[in-house]
Amino acid sequence: MSDLTTSNAGTLPSTHYYVREHHPENGTLLGFWLYLMSDCLIFACLFATYAVLGRNYAGGPTGAEIFELPIVGLNTSLLLFSSITYGFAMLEMYKKNVGTTMLWLAITGLFGAGFIYFELSEFVHLISIGAGPQRSGFLTSFFALVGTHGLHVSFGIIWLITLMFQVKKHGLTAANKRRLMCLSLFWHFLDLIWIGVFTFVYLMGVLA
Amino acid sequence: MSAHTEHGHGHHDHDEHDSHDHGSFKSYMLGFILAVILTAIPFWLVMGNVIPKSSTLGVVLLVFAAMQMVVHVVYFLHLNARSENGWNMLAFIFTGTLLFIVMSGSLWVMYHLNHNMMPGMMDTTGEGMKPGDGQHDMKNMPAMHDMKNMEQ
Amino acid sequence: MQLQLDPMKLIFGRLSLEAIPYHEPILVGTFIMVALGGMAVLGAMTYFRLWGPFWRNWITSIDHKKIGIMYVVLGLVMLLRGFADALMMRAQQAMSFGDSHGFLPPHHYDQVFTAHGVIMIFFVAMPLVTGLMNYVIPLQIGARDVAFPFLNNFSFWMTAFGGGLVMVSLFVGEFARTGWLAYPPLSGILASPDVGVDYYIWSLQIAGVGTLLSGVNLLVTIIKMRAPGMKMMRMPVFTWTALCTNVLIVAAFPVLTAVLAMLSLDRTFGTNFFTNDLGGNAMMYVNLIWIWGHPEVYILVLPAFGVFSEIVSTFCSKRLFGYTSMVYATIVITILSYLVWLHHFFTMGSGASVNSFFGITTMIISIPTGAKIFNWLFTMYRGRIRFELPMLWTMGFMITFVIGGMTGVLLAVPPADFVLHNSLFLIAHFHNVIIGGVLFGMFAGINYWFPKAFGYKLDDFWGKCCFWFWTIGFYFAFMPLYVLGLMGVTRRLSHFDDPSLQIWFQIAAFGAVLVALGIASFIIQLVVSFLRREQLKDVTGDPWGARTLEWSTSSPPPDYNFAFTPLVHDNDTWADMKAHGYQRPTEGFVDIHMPKNTGAGFIIAACAAVCGFGLIWQMWLVVIVAFVALLVSTIVHTFNYNRDYYISSDDVVRTEGERTRLLAAHV
Repeated sequence: MSDLTTSNAGTLPSTHYYVREHHPENGTLLGFWLYLMSDCLIFACLFATYAVLGRNYAGGPTGAEIFELPIVGLNTSLLLFSSITYGFAMLEMYKKNVGTTMLWLAITGLFGAGFIYFELSEFVHLISIGAGPQRSGFLTSFFALVGTHGLHVSFGIIWLITLMFQVKKHGLTAANKRRLMCLSLFWHFLDLIWIGVFTFVYLMGVLA
Repeated sequence: MSAHTEHGHGHHDHDEHDSHDHGSFKSYMLGFILAVILTAIPFWLVMGNVIPKSSTLGVVLLVFAAMQMVVHVVYFLHLNARSENGWNMLAFIFTGTLLFIVMSGSLWVMYHLNHNMMPGMMDTTGEGMKPGDGQHDMKNMPAMHDMKNMEQ
Repeated sequence: MQLQLDPMKLIFGRLSLEAIPYHEPILVGTFIMVALGGMAVLGAMTYFRLWGPFWRNWITSIDHKKIGIMYVVLGLVMLLRGFADALMMRAQQAMSFGDSHGFLPPHHYDQVFTAHGVIMIFFVAMPLVTGLMNYVIPLQIGARDVAFPFLNNFSFWMTAFGGGLVMVSLFVGEFARTGWLAYPPLSGILASPDVGVDYYIWSLQIAGVGTLLSGVNLLVTIIKMRAPGMKMMRMPVFTWTALCTNVLIVAAFPVLTAVLAMLSLDRTFGTNFFTNDLGGNAMMYVNLIWIWGHPEVYILVLPAFGVFSEIVSTFCSKRLFGYTSMVYATIVITILSYLVWLHHFFTMGSGASVNSFFGITTMIISIPTGAKIFNWLFTMYRGRIRFELPMLWTMGFMITFVIGGMTGVLLAVPPADFVLHNSLFLIAHFHNVIIGGVLFGMFAGINYWFPKAFGYKLDDFWGKCCFWFWTIGFYFAFMPLYVLGLMGVTRRLSHFDDPSLQIWFQIAAFGAVLVALGIASFIIQLVVSFLRREQLKDVTGDPWGARTLEWSTSSPPPDYNFAFTPLVHDNDTWADMKAHGYQRPTEGFVDIHMPKNTGAGFIIAACAAVCGFGLIWQMWLVVIVAFVALLVSTIVHTFNYNRDYYISSDDVVRTEGERTRLLAAHV
């Protein structure tokens, strides 16, 4: 246990017990990763609820009747493209190119905005035909899961715009790079969740 | 402290990605292409009615989803056993375990509760079951059976 | 939901003057007392010009020590409210037999027991536990603060405002009448159309965000900010239990957030998560809430276990027995706590196979806890035991908690639980473990670390009064409940018809009175200790002859905790240093990098609280404005890149010099 020989257990120089300067490692990325894991558990609850309630149609519309797979495919592509463009933004960030970083961030934001636009249109349409979240357990859990994901994407876009302003103002400082890396984790994580959504909700929902 | 920025030690700028991999153009493109393929196939399978038996198709879809999640985690999130001295991977595995427990546990518990307490309900858990049936025949319940494959 | 364009509805929602309970004499009386007391405090603060210092040194502080103290103060203040609820319940149940119906009508009684549970768990136990962890962890690991000091401040204010919302429900509107977990369909909009459940939901959502962020914060702190040489297996046991506790927090609170959000959607927008028709399933709520609920009780008790480990080794002047097995036991408890949740609803009907599985896992989880008890006992064996106050609380814990744990294992047997579920036996069991475990642990920890935080010990005599009143009071208050539970008496009843039960309730009420005396003794202890602080002064920084790093600092520690970061070579680092004749360095100090105070946390949390209030009363304009304000103030805060400063080496020299003089003068 102790790495001192006990035969020398008299007085040791006190410098044995302290360091003059210590810089603890930055914990932001680990902290953000841990937060993402907790976010993952929120989605786990929503997925579990969808798994339990997802076939409770209550005489109302089923997934096969209301899901439009082409739109879902479009949305999936938009999100996937936004992931790769964020990846390019990060590569430019590591190369310290402010301009191209901003460009790829903007493109990512546009893809994200497109995703939100089509998803909102889908929701509005469903509500207008009487397939809103109040109609049945299935629709409640559908709107909750997909809607929460969409909310996360929306917050991601707000964050992205904010970061673009901050990078423009202060450049690619260490703090800003950390923030971009956190947003990168967030963004890719949302695409990861979407894989679960389009598979488990849409594709399997059409089958049932 | 999160604002450990400029105070005269130039080497700090590189600290952040000593323990984080950040990929390359090639790895991002590879991940992207794999993701596209692993997305296109499931969509094609469903929209083209390629596999007639829906329970088998369900399993196949979940397997593709799991594979694509791995692609994302490796190529986009750059998760490996070295980042943050293994703490990222540990947190990820722990979360994945909990995800499995929450989902499969909830499904198992809710299936039994629904079966015992709501026998009239025609939800997934009731399909194909005779009331009072002591055997719990799992193969008619695609949603719950396949959840075990949904690893995060 | 129809869009109300009526401006009064948009601004005031469901809120009207009728929300103020003029016709409830108990509430009016309470309000008068609170108003008078509040005005006295506010008046004193104004008269002594304390607002400025209060804002600068406490509200905006990002110092983990100050935040820890504020958490503990919050917990203790809310203990008074939660205990008042307890006294009311005991009084009602002791009186209300046959024709006598006591003084609390059922709709009021229901709010009392709901508020009692919510306050005790979320606003007493959680803040006390969080406060102790916040104060102690950075000091124990040789760090200068937590990983995210601003987030720490924000987390505190979110918790405090959550508690504030619960307190507001006393005078504006009402509280939930559903019990502390608010099961639907009772908590749904049809059975509880009033604002009570909404107060419940939003106060917990706001406090829950604070707790979750605090969990992430402390986890990163422990992982990343340990002093050089402090490997994982050299951490103090309290730090280990805090690590596991915060893992549980990060892994469990998201579930609570999700479930409460779903309930609020059901209530506000008519969705069908937990409704009885249109495809909802109320049992899913029970399932999910207990997936959170069981880890929650381990979140409460693990830090208490850590406190006891520190205290036992200090007051037996011995290294803790079985350090490795303690660590592994804690980790096993952490993981297993996710595999037992169904034991809270054995009777809901999941059947034999499911019940058996969870019954067995529940029994298994008692094993690592038992291992810990043995480790403490073996540490005491052949130790030179000093029966200071913290050790008294520890001994009380060991006996009381073990009894409670045993009744828990009894309840873990599903057939037994079918008889005892929701009876007073259950109430007795969980109070047994929470009071015997968590509360005793918090009192032990407060008595133990108070000298470190404030520079003087707590008065011994009044501390002993507090301990004995609490302990004897606990047994009088809760042992009768075991008897009543075995006789079949259900929980949460405000009236009984069988007069033969009354004597047991009267004994329990007597016990509650003793506990009240215990709480009074504690308040007196605080006052008396303050008045006698010169005599009780802690000069050395190590009044107990303790073994971990926090005791190497002065009492109270300087803002920067350590002038030089410690270098760790062994477990029980401070004991190791003392054994090798460690001399404090007195020169060579450098500038120290510290984070700045900020008001952003308070402001953002206040916006959240206003938004929550608006959501409760459906004041949609208020909701929108407050939410936008929240978003804007968060974004504005992120534009602040100027968050740190340096303590100059001259200041460090001066502070350390003062300590040197103090130590020299009192040899």
